[in-house]
Amino acid sequence: MIDPEEVKSRLVAALPGADVEVVDLTGTRDHYQARVVSALFEGKSPIEQHRLVYGALAEAMEGAIHALALKTYTPKAWAKIKGES
Amino acid sequence: MDTALKERIEQTVGGSKVVLFMKGNKNFPQCGFSAQVVGILKKKGVEFKDVNILQDAELRQGLKEYSNWPTFPQLYVNGQLVGGCDIVTGLEETGELDQVLKAG
Repeated sequence: MIDPEEVKSRLVAALPGADVEVVDLTGTRDHYQARVVSALFEGKSPIEQHRLVYGALAEAMEGAIHALALKTYTPKAWAKIKGES
Repeated sequence: MDTALKERIEQTVGGSKVVLFMKGNKNFPQCGFSAQVVGILKKKGVEFKDVNILQDAELRQGLKEYSNWPTFPQLYVNGQLVGGCDIVTGLEETGELDQVLKAG
């Protein structure tokens, strides 16, 4: 188990300036959903974007986090989605 | 990673055009994320090889290193990692998954 604030702070530490939203899906602090918007994703494939996130959480992914539903966006892609909704 | 394990992974990944490493099997997925990817592939009528990593701890750990990807399911097409549940779902939503599956 890991606190959502801790998940968020690790992501922001690894991806400076990122806009991160973390949701505890089950209330058990081990099944999370994360939305990460970062300029560091520019020019990277979805796989590479997810690898950056997983890398930031590597230690937690070994046990503390059982499941992580993940959405990654560049600021441009996120602005488009926000604009549509 | 030892050579034998790496060879075993390469043979499995290269053994079929579409390979899904998952929790459970395609008829009885044991995880919601795995079930979702199975559902997408079945809907597309794609033939794929399913590998239950819950029955093979060595393969499970080895694949994480091999693919530099810490979670399952993992979908491989033509020997390349396409992604996990979120990426496959995203590709399906944008229509890009068809191209990925047709390639090669």
